[in-house]
Amino acid sequence: MSEDRKIRILVAKPGLDGHDRGAKVIASAFRDAGFEVIYTGLHQTPEMVVSAAVQEDVDVVAMSVLSGAHMTLFPRVKELLDEAGADHVLLTGGGIIPEEDVLALEARGIGRLFGPGTATTEAIEYVNEWFQARQSA
Amino acid sequence: MSTIEEELLERAKLQEAVHDRDREIAELRARLATWEDQYGAVPKRDTLFTTVSGREVRPLYTELDRPDAAAADGDDRLGFPGSYPFTRGPYATMYRTRLWTMRQFAGFATAEETNARYKYLLEHGQTGLSVAFDFPTLMGFDADHARSLGEVGVCGVAISSLADMERLFDGIPLDRVSVSMTINGPAIILFCFYVAAAERQGVDPAVLRGTVQNDILKEYQAQHAWVFPPEPALRCIVDMFEWCSENTPKYNPISISGYHIREAGATAAQELAFTLRNGFEYVERGIARGLDVDAFAPRLSFFFDIHNDFFEEIAKLRAARRIWARGMKEKYGAKDPDSWRLRTHCQTAGVTLTAQQPENNIVRVAYQAMAAALGGTQSLHTNSMDETLSLPTEKAVRIALRTQQVLAYESGVPNTIDPLAGSYFVEHLTDELERDALGLFEEIDAMGGVVPGIEQGWFQQEIAASAMRQQREVEAGDRPVVGVNHFLEGSEKLEIDTLKIDPAIERRQVEKMAAMRSSRDDESVQRVLAALTEACRTEENVVPRILDCARAYCTLYEIRAAMEEVFGAYKEPVFF
Repeated sequence: MSEDRKIRILVAKPGLDGHDRGAKVIASAFRDAGFEVIYTGLHQTPEMVVSAAVQEDVDVVAMSVLSGAHMTLFPRVKELLDEAGADHVLLTGGGIIPEEDVLALEARGIGRLFGPGTATTEAIEYVNEWFQARQSA
Repeated sequence: MSTIEEELLERAKLQEAVHDRDREIAELRARLATWEDQYGAVPKRDTLFTTVSGREVRPLYTELDRPDAAAADGDDRLGFPGSYPFTRGPYATMYRTRLWTMRQFAGFATAEETNARYKYLLEHGQTGLSVAFDFPTLMGFDADHARSLGEVGVCGVAISSLADMERLFDGIPLDRVSVSMTINGPAIILFCFYVAAAERQGVDPAVLRGTVQNDILKEYQAQHAWVFPPEPALRCIVDMFEWCSENTPKYNPISISGYHIREAGATAAQELAFTLRNGFEYVERGIARGLDVDAFAPRLSFFFDIHNDFFEEIAKLRAARRIWARGMKEKYGAKDPDSWRLRTHCQTAGVTLTAQQPENNIVRVAYQAMAAALGGTQSLHTNSMDETLSLPTEKAVRIALRTQQVLAYESGVPNTIDPLAGSYFVEHLTDELERDALGLFEEIDAMGGVVPGIEQGWFQQEIAASAMRQQREVEAGDRPVVGVNHFLEGSEKLEIDTLKIDPAIERRQVEKMAAMRSSRDDESVQRVLAALTEACRTEENVVPRILDCARAYCTLYEIRAAMEEVFGAYKEPVFF
C-alpha cells in the first residue's frame, strides 16, 4: 500500500437489494487490510452513492449488486461521478454479474467486477495495484 | 411371604439391576478406552473436524454420551411422531401418508411470463406454487416508481396491483393449488391482492391454502426488505393473525424464517435460536392483543435453511420441533396440540452454491435435500445449479425438481419415520443444538427482547461476525469448497446457459400500469386510501381496509404510502 496515506474506499449497496453479506465481508476485509472504509448502508440511489463518495473524498467506490440491476446501476453511478468531477475515482465492485456484462461495463470505464467465490485478498490486491499505478502516473 | 420379605426381594432385584448396568457401563468405558488408544495411535487427516458452523464434533459417539436415554426422561425428549414434543416429526404417519410438498420458488419478468412457468411446473409434477417477487415489489414500490428503475421483473415477478395478481394466477384454480408468497415488508398488501384475486375467480377465502412469509423480524435482522418500523409492522402481523384465523382458517399468515438469517452468515445454532425466538415474539404479541393462543398458533409455520453439514441440519430440525413444542405448551400455555406442532418448509442453502464448476451444485443440493427429508420437512425447495449466475433456466429448475423426485421415489428415505432417531451422534447433536438455542434465548432476553436486539444491531453484528469467520476459513483453505479452493480445473469457465431478463419488460410493465391507472375510478381509489390511513390511526384491524383498496385497484405503493403516513418508514442502524 502507499506509504503516504491510507486508501479511502466507499463500500456501497445501490438499489433495492438487501443482500449485504458480501458488502459487509468486503468492508471488514478492506478495513483489516488497512484501508479507510466507509459503508453506505442499504438501499442507496446512485445519487446518494455519488454524493457520499464526493463528500468523503474517496479514492474508490466498490459497489455490491446481487439484484441483476448492474447494467443500470454501474453506468449511472459512473456518469454521476464524472459529472461531479470525480472521474479519478475507481468504480469497481462485485455481485452476480454475467461475464458478458462484466466486459460491457469494463468497456464503459468501470473497473474490475468480481464474481461469487472471489477471495477478498484478490479484490484488495487489485485496488492496491490500481492505487500504486495511479500514484506513479 | 411377608410384606417385608417381598420388599427385601424387590430391593435385591433392583440392586442387581443397578449392578448389571454399572458393570455394562464399566465394560463400555473399558472398550471405549481401548478404541481411544487405537485412535490416538494413528495420524489423522489435516483438516477441520468441525461442522460448517464451527461446532466441534468428536470422532465417535457411544451410548455413554446419552446416559439417561434409557430412562423415562429419555422418552420425554423424543416421544413418538405426531406427539409431544414432536422431536420425531410433526405427524404420526409422516411421508407414509403424504410426501413433502415439492415447492419450487419461482418468479421473473411479468405476471404473464411467471404464470407460464407455474403452469410448466404444475405439468411436471410440482405440487405447490411459490411466488418470488422482484425487489421493487418486496420493498413496496410500483413498477413505475423512480426507485424501481432497472429492477422491474429482474429478480422476481413485478406485482403492483390486483390486476397483476389476477394475471399471475390466470387459469390456475386458487381453491385447488396451495400458494406460498415470499413477501414481508408489504406482506399484508400482497396478501390482500391475493385474497381479492381469489374472489375474482369466485373462490371463497375460507378454502385458500398457502402461506405468506410475513416475517418482519428476520428482515431487520438479515434479509433487509422492510417498509415500516418494528412496532407498526408487528401490529399489521397481529392484524393478519386475527383476520386469517376468522376468514382464511387453512392459510398460514406467517412463515417464521431462519433461511435468510442463515444465508446472511449465521451458524446453525444462531439460525435455530433467532428463528424460534422470533416465533415466540409473534406469539407474545398475539397474546398481548388478547387473542387466544390456540386460535392463531396452529397456523404459524416455519422455514429453515438446509446447509452443507448433513447431521447438524437434521438435528436442527429435530431440535426446533422440541423447543417449539415445549415453549408453546409450558411457557405460553397453549392447549391445542396443533399449537405445539412445528411445521416447516425447507430450502437448500443458496449460499453453498458455487459459480465455479456449477454442475457440482446438483450434488450439493441432493445431499441437502436428503438432510431435509431425514429431518422431517413438510415442503422443500431445491435450488437450481445456476443460481449464483442468474435466475434459473427451465432446464436447471427441472433437474432440481427431479432431484426431489429421485429422493422421494427411489431412495427409500421416506419409508421410515425419523430413521436416525437413537443414533448416539444425532441425538447428542439434537440435545446440543437445543442447549445452544436456549442459551441464546437468555442473551436475547437479557437485551430486553428481539426488538431492542435489532435496534442495537446485536443480531446483525452476530450474523456478520459468523459470516466473516466462515469467509476466513474458506480463504485460508481450511474449509474445503470443491471447485473454489480445492480441485480447481485451471479455467473455471461457465459452461451452462443462463436466463436473461429482457430490459424491455420494465417498459411494458410501466405501460400496463399507466393503462390500469387511467381505467380506475379515481374517486373510489382516493376514498378507500383515506379510510385506510384513518384505520391506521386507530386500533382497528387494517386487513378489511386494505382489501377494499385492493378491490379498487389501488397500487402497492399507493397503499404503502397511505399507511406510511401514520406508521413512518424504517431506518436501519448502519454498521459493519
